[in-house]
Amino acid sequence: MRRRPWAYWLLLLSPLAAFLVAMQVGAYPVSWKAWWHLLTPGRSQEVQIQAIIFDIRLPRIVLGMLVGVGLSASGATLQAVFRNPLVDAYILGLSAGAAFGCALSVALVPALPIQVGAFIFSLIAALLAFTLARTRREVPTLSLILSGVVVSAFFTALVSIIKFMVDPMKLASIVFWLMGSLSQADWRAVRQAGPWILAGAALIWLGRWRLNAMSMGEAEARALGVDVGRERGLFILAAAVTVAAAVSVTGIIGWVGLMIPHIVRMLVGPDHRRVIPLSMAAGASFMVLSDTVARTMVGGEIPVGIITTLFGAPFFIYLLKRGGAESWSL
Amino acid sequence: MIAVNDLSVRLNGQLILHQVSLKARPGDVTVLLGPNGSGKTTLLLSLSAQITPQEGHILLADQPLAELKTRDLAQVLAIVPQEHHPVFPYTVREVILLGRLSRVGFWSQPGARDREVVTEIIELLGIKHLADKPYTRISGGERQLALLGRCLAQEPLVLLLDEPTNHLDFRNQVMILQLIGNLAHRQGLTVLLTLHDPNLALVFADQVILLAAGRIVAQGRPADVIGPETMAQLYGLEVGMLCQGEQRLLYPKLT
Repeated sequence: MRRRPWAYWLLLLSPLAAFLVAMQVGAYPVSWKAWWHLLTPGRSQEVQIQAIIFDIRLPRIVLGMLVGVGLSASGATLQAVFRNPLVDAYILGLSAGAAFGCALSVALVPALPIQVGAFIFSLIAALLAFTLARTRREVPTLSLILSGVVVSAFFTALVSIIKFMVDPMKLASIVFWLMGSLSQADWRAVRQAGPWILAGAALIWLGRWRLNAMSMGEAEARALGVDVGRERGLFILAAAVTVAAAVSVTGIIGWVGLMIPHIVRMLVGPDHRRVIPLSMAAGASFMVLSDTVARTMVGGEIPVGIITTLFGAPFFIYLLKRGGAESWSL
Repeated sequence: MIAVNDLSVRLNGQLILHQVSLKARPGDVTVLLGPNGSGKTTLLLSLSAQITPQEGHILLADQPLAELKTRDLAQVLAIVPQEHHPVFPYTVREVILLGRLSRVGFWSQPGARDREVVTEIIELLGIKHLADKPYTRISGGERQLALLGRCLAQEPLVLLLDEPTNHLDFRNQVMILQLIGNLAHRQGLTVLLTLHDPNLALVFADQVILLAAGRIVAQGRPADVIGPETMAQLYGLEVGMLCQGEQRLLYPKLT
């Protein structure tokens, strides 16, 4: 497989570029010059610009990066663990499960912390999708996707029930939040979700080489010395934590976890020792750039989930159509 | 060393192996011969702890198999599976490197020493030209070599191979068996493999075990065990034999 060192560095450094672009662009453009003023001590600094940068734009970019890291890392992990390049947290229903957990905690059970609720139900969703699809120690590609659809639909229906039960004020916020948006981003959200996302991503990052073995299949992984049951559980847990934390602050943002690892694999090959860190980097930049588009494209602001879906859905079709080219087939 | 005592395996209520006892010595190539469905693969799977037997004891390098953890087992025993369909197109080098998994700490990555081992194996197997090719786009024989390489990277004491000559042409069959023989004789590896061709067993085996309907019917040196009568019985076929000095050749008698 071609190594493509340029691709490696391009992906690795892309978050920096995305950061620089996103900091400048917005409803209130911040020029290089304003930046210079801000970073030079002693200059008179405009309070307004400071507020825009530090209280609005910066937390939003940080949160976008965290969510991008979490979604792509979990996507790459789930693809390896389930030996299925066509899944991610969104398709398997982890996101829907997390959303239900959040809605439950917001609307009905305030005693349940949002992140915990999201985590519990995204884990349940993952286990459901896996158990439904597994037959005779194998998890066929297509059945896993179908069981993901089922699980997703189930939890979406549960969320709908909650939507019916809550008052209209809460309903509006739930609906907007479910579309997947970074518009609620602030430092509080970063503090709430950041540690969880980073913890899950760190686990995945540390175990990245073992994902190669996991993706060989149960019998093979066991022969190589992997305690399959336990490690699969650990990786799914890590993915669920990350996704749950991301969903709890931004709602459901789909397709990122599917698309990003694929693009990375196309550029640098399938070895997870490279795929995991580079997916995290590329996910962060993709998320931030998509969000920049979302908040600047039209007059108002559209949920970033719509942007990622507009990219992701055609990409999924493309993957389906080229099928065996990457050695997997349905 | 492999020592099996009174091993019985039942799968879905069917008795697959019945009180099987055998020994395979270090430095020897031990060949399992038997018709389809005689339990050869089941025996290998039991030895690699992928099937739990109902009765019997298995010792691998003097350690009871039942007491070995998955990770420790991978350091003692390596198995080349019959067929394998990977999802992602890892390079041959990456596949072989995975053999080091049981020797690298849980949260660590393979280091310089591991890469060195892999490079040595690639040279030993003479597959330098394949090292950076996707494992999914090489021929069956080349894949067999890559998997053998992965097993060697485990630095095992016991090596199991399930029909390593499957899908290989004549030359490659001879080549891989010769290679395995050299490994056993030089490094003192205990090798147990299954074959379909008694003639290859005559040439390459140090010891032969005949398996029929889940029972061992004979065990010993190839020249003693493989003959027209035993083969005729084992495969239910009329078999003739040609001799030329030490060389023997079995052939089916057509009626």
